[in-house]
Amino acid sequence: MQGLYAVYRKELGHYFVSPVAYVVVGIFVLFCAFVFNYDVQAAVLQSTQAQMQGMGGPMDLSGEVMQGFFMFLATMLLFVTPMLTMGIYAEERKRGTMELLMTSPITEIQIVFGKYFAAFTMFISMLIPTLVPVLFLYFTSDPRLPARIILAGYLGALLVGGSLLALGTFISSLTENQLIAAVLTFAVFLIIWIIDIIGSPTGNSATVRGYFSIVRHFQDFARGVIDTSSLIYFGSLIVFFVFLTVRSVDSMRWRRA
Amino acid sequence: MIEVQSLTKSYGQFTAVDHISFSVNKGEILGFLGPNGAGKTTTMRILAGFMPATSGSATVAGFDVTNNSLDVRRHIGYLPEAPPVYPDMSVESYLDFVARIKNVPADKRLARVKDAMEKTNLSERHDQLIKRLSRGYKQRVGIAQALVHDPDVIILDEPTVGLDPKQIIEVRHLIKSLAGNHTIILSTHILPEVSMTCDRVVIINKGKVAAVDTPANLTSQLKGGLRVRVEVQAPEPALKEMLGKIRGVKGVQMETAPSDGHAIALIEGAEGLDIRNEIAKGIVSNGWPLYELRGVSMSLEDIFLELTTDDSSHAEAAA
Repeated sequence: MQGLYAVYRKELGHYFVSPVAYVVVGIFVLFCAFVFNYDVQAAVLQSTQAQMQGMGGPMDLSGEVMQGFFMFLATMLLFVTPMLTMGIYAEERKRGTMELLMTSPITEIQIVFGKYFAAFTMFISMLIPTLVPVLFLYFTSDPRLPARIILAGYLGALLVGGSLLALGTFISSLTENQLIAAVLTFAVFLIIWIIDIIGSPTGNSATVRGYFSIVRHFQDFARGVIDTSSLIYFGSLIVFFVFLTVRSVDSMRWRRA
Repeated sequence: MIEVQSLTKSYGQFTAVDHISFSVNKGEILGFLGPNGAGKTTTMRILAGFMPATSGSATVAGFDVTNNSLDVRRHIGYLPEAPPVYPDMSVESYLDFVARIKNVPADKRLARVKDAMEKTNLSERHDQLIKRLSRGYKQRVGIAQALVHDPDVIILDEPTVGLDPKQIIEVRHLIKSLAGNHTIILSTHILPEVSMTCDRVVIINKGKVAAVDTPANLTSQLKGGLRVRVEVQAPEPALKEMLGKIRGVKGVQMETAPSDGHAIALIEGAEGLDIRNEIAKGIVSNGWPLYELRGVSMSLEDIFLELTTDDSSHAEAAA
């Protein structure tokens, strides 16, 4: 697996010298922190108001805050992951280095997995700073926020992010132009997101759309529920798009020079 | 070391490589010569394991490029037309990366990277970012990556393009020094390069092999008779007519003259006949001032042009 590791290392290195990556991560963390802060303040306000109206003691709203936070995080991911994946294949092809990789004794699977793991590692490093406000809430909440909510939420985020990264890297492998890859990825993400919103809320099509909706599956995680069907859903998405990427890379050998 | 049999590559209706066959012996330097679009790069890419052929076969170091592609790639170092470098990496870290993906074992990597840099005179710039290097140095990095895993076969696609004359000479020396231990295929359309560095030449045109031979044999085979060049102060039509009448002259070609009144003619004589005397006599007897008269041998460039512009008869004669 020397080849896979070599590709992984190189790709990760490229992320860390790329200004785009830093800007993207910075904006992501900043926005999540803002929204978190806003949600906490709103919750405190709500609790105080309820108390003043004589509806009992302080409300336990930490669960709601976390749910709102995770939903926002997932939405941010839709915007942010195209920027992480746009160049992952497009740049190589434009520079001619794809030819280097494909004339080396390294398989398509090693190339695709190496790159995917690097993107995923970058994604994890983007999530880690968001732990700061979350852990702060965890340690200061009274009654203590159930740990499972945090675990489920981040697991969901990892799965959603993983799926979006897989889809984004696949789209990147289809073109030589980073910008087209980014725009196309973003468009596909939007369509996936909107599938839920458009159409009637009841009836057969609603159930079918529900099974496919990323939003719905993630909501469970955000609420602290780890549902096997959702695990399978996201796992399948990841496997499917990674597999498609392998075939796409293989097909580069057949495209006219 | 390399056997190519009836190799064909088509894209739909268009055939880029049309039943090409040739072989390369161990330690040899083979030149690929051909106009742009002849099929050189496509053939090299097939040999390097980048793309599959439509039909025919090719083996490198005993491995078939279609069935044992990974093995083939282990034994080949390949430099495409544009050096496949990552601008954000330093020279050394790039070469280390290439060494890794070419399966160089960890304990040998450092030594091999150093060796590749020494051979291409890159040692001083080992930690410089590739994007800061000039074109010539980038090209050298490209050559270094083809050497870093010490492959049996090295395939170079136009290795001297974009280099200054000094660097071109260095690269040619490097290529010659690698022969023997390595088998080399290089493609070019710089003709002197072929006669200077290659043991044998394959001339490719429109996807087909037009000739396979040593540069020396090619030049002598097609030389035919003596060619003579004259510069005379005479009206062109008169000069042409007079020369055409001389016994043993196969053809007369006028070239554009440098100054008014002068005419330049290129005369092709029949084999075995020295027509210079007759030409001189003819010119003098007409009272025309003679400025230059010399024999001209057919260069590889002429052969190249002849083989690649004149289709049927010459290709058959040479093959």
